[in-house]
Amino acid sequence: MAPPLPQSQRSASPSQPSGKSEVSDLKLQLRQLAGSRAPGADDSKRDLFKKVISNMTIGIDVSSLFGEMVMCSATSDIVLKKMCYLYVGNYAKVNPDLALLTINFLQRDCKDQDPMIRGLALRSLCSLRVANLVEYLVGPLGSGLKDNNSYVRTVAVIGVLKLYHISATTCIDADFPETLKHLLLNDPDTQVVANCLSSLQEIWTLESTSSEEASRERETLHSKPIVYYLLNRIKEFSEWAQCLVMELVAKYIPSDNSEIFDIMNLLEDRLQHANGAVVLATIKVFLHLTLSMADVHQQVYERIKAPLLTQVSSGSPEQSYAILSHLHLLVMRAPYIFSSDYKHFYCQYNEPSYVKKLKLEMLTAVANESNTYEIVTELCEYAANVDIPIARESIRAVGKIALQQYDVNAIVDRLLQFLEMEKDYVTSEALVLVKDLLRKYPQWSQDCIAVVGNISSKNVQEPKAKAALIWMLGEYSQDMHDAPYVLESLVENWDEEHSPEVRLHLLTSVMKCFFKRPPETQKALGAALAAGLADFHQDVHDRALFYYRLLQYNVSVAESVVNPPKQAVSVFADTQSSEVKDRIFDEFNSLSVVYQKPSYMFTDKEHRGTLEFSDELGNLSISAESGDSVVPAQRVEENDKDLLLSTTDKDDVRDPGSNGSAYNAPSYSGSAPSATSQPLADLPFSSTSATGQQAPVSSLAIDDLLGLDFPVGIATTPSPPPLTLNPKAVLDPGTFQQKWRQLPISLSEEYSLSPHGIATLTTPSALLRHMQNHSIHCIASGGQSPNFKFFFFAQKAGEASIYLVECIINTSSAKSQIKIKADDQSSSQAFSTLFQSALSKFGLP
Amino acid sequence: MISQFFVLSQRGDNIVFRDYRGEVPKGSAEIFFRKVKFWEDGGLEEAPPVFNVDGVNYFHVKVVGLLFVATTRVNISPSFVFELLQRIARVIKDYLGILNEDSLRKNFVLVYELLDEVIDFGYVQTTSTELLKSYVFNEPLVIDAARLSPLGPAAIFSGTKRMPGIAVTKSVVATEPGGRRREEIFVDIIEKISLTFSSSGYILTSEIDGTIQMKSYLTGNPEIRLALNEDLSIGRSQGPVSGYRSSSGSGAVILDDCNFHESVRLDSFDTNRTLSLIPPDGEFPVMNYRMTQAFKPPFRINALIEETGSLKAEVFLKVSAEFASSITANTIKVQMPLPKYTTRVSFELEPGATGQTTDFKETNKRLEWSLKKITGGSEHTLRAKLTFSQESHGNITKESGPVSMTFTIPMYNVSQLQVKYLQIGKKSGTHDPYRWVRYVTQANSYVARI
Repeated sequence: MAPPLPQSQRSASPSQPSGKSEVSDLKLQLRQLAGSRAPGADDSKRDLFKKVISNMTIGIDVSSLFGEMVMCSATSDIVLKKMCYLYVGNYAKVNPDLALLTINFLQRDCKDQDPMIRGLALRSLCSLRVANLVEYLVGPLGSGLKDNNSYVRTVAVIGVLKLYHISATTCIDADFPETLKHLLLNDPDTQVVANCLSSLQEIWTLESTSSEEASRERETLHSKPIVYYLLNRIKEFSEWAQCLVMELVAKYIPSDNSEIFDIMNLLEDRLQHANGAVVLATIKVFLHLTLSMADVHQQVYERIKAPLLTQVSSGSPEQSYAILSHLHLLVMRAPYIFSSDYKHFYCQYNEPSYVKKLKLEMLTAVANESNTYEIVTELCEYAANVDIPIARESIRAVGKIALQQYDVNAIVDRLLQFLEMEKDYVTSEALVLVKDLLRKYPQWSQDCIAVVGNISSKNVQEPKAKAALIWMLGEYSQDMHDAPYVLESLVENWDEEHSPEVRLHLLTSVMKCFFKRPPETQKALGAALAAGLADFHQDVHDRALFYYRLLQYNVSVAESVVNPPKQAVSVFADTQSSEVKDRIFDEFNSLSVVYQKPSYMFTDKEHRGTLEFSDELGNLSISAESGDSVVPAQRVEENDKDLLLSTTDKDDVRDPGSNGSAYNAPSYSGSAPSATSQPLADLPFSSTSATGQQAPVSSLAIDDLLGLDFPVGIATTPSPPPLTLNPKAVLDPGTFQQKWRQLPISLSEEYSLSPHGIATLTTPSALLRHMQNHSIHCIASGGQSPNFKFFFFAQKAGEASIYLVECIINTSSAKSQIKIKADDQSSSQAFSTLFQSALSKFGLP
Repeated sequence: MISQFFVLSQRGDNIVFRDYRGEVPKGSAEIFFRKVKFWEDGGLEEAPPVFNVDGVNYFHVKVVGLLFVATTRVNISPSFVFELLQRIARVIKDYLGILNEDSLRKNFVLVYELLDEVIDFGYVQTTSTELLKSYVFNEPLVIDAARLSPLGPAAIFSGTKRMPGIAVTKSVVATEPGGRRREEIFVDIIEKISLTFSSSGYILTSEIDGTIQMKSYLTGNPEIRLALNEDLSIGRSQGPVSGYRSSSGSGAVILDDCNFHESVRLDSFDTNRTLSLIPPDGEFPVMNYRMTQAFKPPFRINALIEETGSLKAEVFLKVSAEFASSITANTIKVQMPLPKYTTRVSFELEPGATGQTTDFKETNKRLEWSLKKITGGSEHTLRAKLTFSQESHGNITKESGPVSMTFTIPMYNVSQLQVKYLQIGKKSGTHDPYRWVRYVTQANSYVARI
C-alpha cells in the first residue's frame, strides 16, 4: 500500500486527515469499540476504519493500530471485513508477529458458508507475505482449489502463485503446480483457466533457471494440446484473458501450413474487437505464424491495416501512442503498406505532442515517390506552427525525406524557403539540414550557398546550427565570396563562443578556407591556431596543436588530410543494427516497440518474464568445440576496443562488403590495429604515417574526428567462384558477437531437413561434430527438442573472410531457417550451397 | 501483469493507491509525479504516457484531469495497460455515477473494493461492471451533479430539452430516491469530425470517428437488436468518392472500418445490418467506426489577416453554418494564434450579436471567439484590429493561424449512419422501457489554414 511519504501533512480534506495525534486518537476509539456489540457499533467502526484506510492511502504509517484493527475485525459486516483485510494485507509484512493474530479469523472465514467470504479470506490469507506463516496457507489453498465455487477457485489459483513467491519449496512440495495443470485443461470456468495459465507461466519461468524439468514444463504450455484447447474456447475468455492466450499462441510453432491457416481463420474476427490490446495480440499471432510464408505475410499486412488505423483514431491519445509505435515498427519493415494512407498521419492541432511526434516519424517513413510532394507540403505547414518543438521536428522530417532521395528538387526549394522565414529556430534547423543535404547532394551547392551566404552568422545562436554554417563556410569557401572574412570575425570572437563543438568546427573550416584562399585567410588561421592552442578545452587544444604540427611538417600533406576529395554520402548510417530491429519485432506488442529497444536493455533479469524469446546469444552455452587454439591475450583486448567503438560511434558509416576484411587483420598480425577500429584519440599520429593503401581509410577517420561522415568508396572486388573453407578457422565469441552485430544479413533461407537428420538430432552436439567435419564450426548452441538454435562460423581458405550463420532447426516441422552474414557478401550464395549440402548429409551413415 | 495501481490528483496527491505485488520500491508515486511534472526531453512538452525509470515502467492515462497510473517491472503490452487503465476509470464511473476528484475521495473505500476484484496479484480478473456488482458492498455517495462543470459528459445533450441528460450520470448500483429504478436504455451515436480546410477553402483532409455508445438500465438482461442503415457498407476501395451529398439526401454510407464490443453478435450483420447483443451493465461502446468518405462540412470558415499600416493589421473571421435551420449548434469556440508581437486587439462584433464573447489571450497571443449557439443556415462575423510592437517582416499570414474551431451539434450526424430501430427482447421487466436514441456531432480537430 501507500509508502510513507516525507511530506504527509497535506490539506485535511474528507478522505485525507493528517497528523500523528490523530493516529493515537484513532487507537483509543478503536479500543473502545473493539468488544462492543451495541447497535450502531458497526457504523462507528466503518467510519473509523475509513479514516484508518484513508491515512494509509496518503502514506501515514498507521501500522501501530494493528492490534486494535484485528480486535475489531470480529464482525459479520462484510464492508468492515473487507476494509480490515485491506489493512492487514498492507501491514502484515512489517508486523509478522501480529500477523499471526489474523490467521485464526482468516482461516475460520476460509470455511465460511458464503463463497464470497471464503474467497476474500483466502485472498487475504495469501496476501500476508509473511514467510513463517506459509504452513497455514497450504491447507486452505488445497481446499480452495477444490472448492465448488469458481470465485474461490480463481482466488486459490492466484493464491498458489502468491505462495510460490513467499516460499517456492512449500508450493512445489505441496504439488500445487500439478493441480493447476489439471485445472488448466479441466476447469469449466475460463477465469480459473486463465489464472492457471498466468500462474504456471510465472512459476515455470522462475523455476527454469534452476531446473531442466521446469523449462520443459514451460515448453509444454505452448504444446499443441494446450494451445488447441485454449484456442477452441477463445471466445469464452474475457478480453484480458484472450490477450494472455494469444501471447501463448504466438509462441506456438505449427507443424504445417494448414494448421497456420486454421489458427488464423479462427482468430480472424478478433481483429474487429474494440479492445486495442486484443487487436494487437491477434496481429502478433498472425505476423509470427506467417514469418516463413512471404506472400501470406504480405496479405497479413494488408489485412491488419484498417483495424490498426481505426484503433489509432478511436482510442484515447495514450492508446494511439501505443498503436502508432507499432505502426512505425511495421512501416520500417514494409514501407509500402501505409504509403497511400499517409493522410492518416497528418497531425491534428489538439493532439498531445507525443502523438504528433510519432505521426511525424510515420510521415517520414511512408514517404515515397508518389506522395512526397503532398507530405512535404503538409510538413511545411507545421514548420510555421505555434508549437515550436513540433515545428522543429517537422523541419527535421522534411530533411529526412530529402535524404531519402524522393523529389529532392522541390524539397531543396522548401528548405531554402525555411531559411528565408527569419524565425530563429526555423533557420537553425534548416541550416543543419542544408548541411546534411549538401553532404549527400553536392550538386545543389550553388543554390544552397547563394541562400546560406545571406544569413548573418550573428543571427544563428544554436551550436548545432552555428557549426553547420561554419562547416559550409569552410567547405564552400571558394564559392562564398566573404567566407574568409566571416570566419575571421568569428575567430575574433573566439572567447565568446561557449560551445566547443563550434570552436572545433571553426578550426577546421579556417584550415579548409586557408587551402582554398591562402592570402585572405592567413591572418584568420594564425589567430585561430593561437586561440586554439590557448583553449582550455582539451579536444580544441589538441586539434589546434595537431593542425599546427601538420602544417609545420608538410603543407601538402596537411591539405590532403584536411581537404581531401570527398565522395557524397550515399546512405547515412542507421543507428540500429538489423539484429536489434529483429529482436524488437520478436517482441511485438510489448514496451520494446514503444522504447525502440529490446527488452534486455530496460528490464532486469529476474523480470524478463515469459513475453520475450530468451535466445540471446550470450545466454547460449558456448560450445567447447569453438576453437582448438588458445586465443592470444592481446587480441582479446583489441576486440574489446572494437566493441566499445561500435557501440558508441553510431554515426560511423561503413561499407561492410569492402572494408570488412580490415576487422580481421588483428587476429593475424596480432599487432597493428586497423585504422578504422582505432580509438579516435590515436588518429593524428597514425594518419601521418599512413601508407598508401590505408590513405582513404584514414581520411575517413579524420572526417570522423571532425564529426563528418563519408563513406569509403572502394569497389568490391569480385571473388573467385570456387569456395573452399579453412578447416582450422578460429574465431572467439567476442569477435563473433561483434561481427554479428555489424554485418547485415546477406542471405536468409529455409531448408528442409532429411528424416535421418531429424532422427539423429537429439542433442545439439551431434550436429556440431558433423558440421565441423565440413569445416563449419559452432560457436554457440542451445535449445531442446523440437527447437534448436546454433551459431556457426566458417572461414574462406587462404583468406580472412568469415561467414557467420544463425541456424534455427525445428525438428517437428523438419525445417531449418538460416541467416548468413558474410564479410564478403558476393560469395555468401556459394557458401549457402556449401552449408546446405553439409546439413543435408547430416544423419546419413 | 502490473505491480501497482494508483490515482493521483492534479497536485500529485494519492487518492487511491494499491500495491499488488510489492516489487516496486517505495515512493513510486512521487517519482512518477515529479517525472511527469518536469518532463524535459528534446523539447517534448508533455511526458509520454509510458516511460521507464530505474527498471520500473510507469503507465498513465489522463481522465477528467486525474492521473490513472500503473507500474510494472516486466515488459508488458502497452496497449493492454492503457486499455485497462481506461476501463478501470469507466468501471469506477459506472459505480459512482460521476467521476471526478471529489467523488473519488468520497468513495475511496468503494474504489478499493473494486480494485481488489478487478486485479489480483497484478493479473486482471474482470472489468465487467455487471460481474463486479456481486462483490461490491459499499453504497456510493453520489455527489451533486448540478455542481458539475458544463464540460461534463452529460452536457453535450443539454441543448435538447427532451433529453434527460442527467440520467447517464447515475450510478448503476445506487438506488434512486423514488425507490424503483427507471427502466431505460440510452443509445448515443457520437461522431467526432476532423477536417482541414486549405487556405483557399477546399477540404484537404476529413475523417469521421464515430462510436455507438450504449448505457442500459434495463432489468433482466433482455436481448437488444440494433438495426443500422441497410445500405451500409464496410471497407473502402482506394480513391476518394467524389462529390458531396447534401445532408438530407440519401446515399450509401461507406465506412472504412469498424469494430465491435465483445458482447455484440454479428450473425445477421452481413445480411441485414443488424447487431444483436445482451448489453452488460454500465456504459460501453457497441461499435466504433471510421469514415473518410467525403461529407458536407457543417461549418465553413473564412479567415483573413492583412496589414493595414505600419504596426497595424486587421483580422476578419466568418463562420457559416451549412446545416438545416431546425438544428442548432452550441458551445462554439473559434481560436486563432496571432503574430507574437501583437500587443493589443480591439474587437468588433456584428451588430445585434448576442451570446458572443471575445478575448485576446495575452500569454499565448491567441484570439478567442465564443458563441453560445448558431442556428443552421446563419452566418456570423468578427473583425479584430491588431496593434503590433514591431514591424512584421515577411509574410504576416505565416505568423498567424491556423484557425481552429470546436462545437457540438446535437441531433445531427454527418455520416448519416442511423439506428433504424432499437428492439428490446421480451424478458424486460416493464412493457415499455424508455429508449433514448441520440445523435451528436462534435469537432475533434476542425481547422482552417490561412
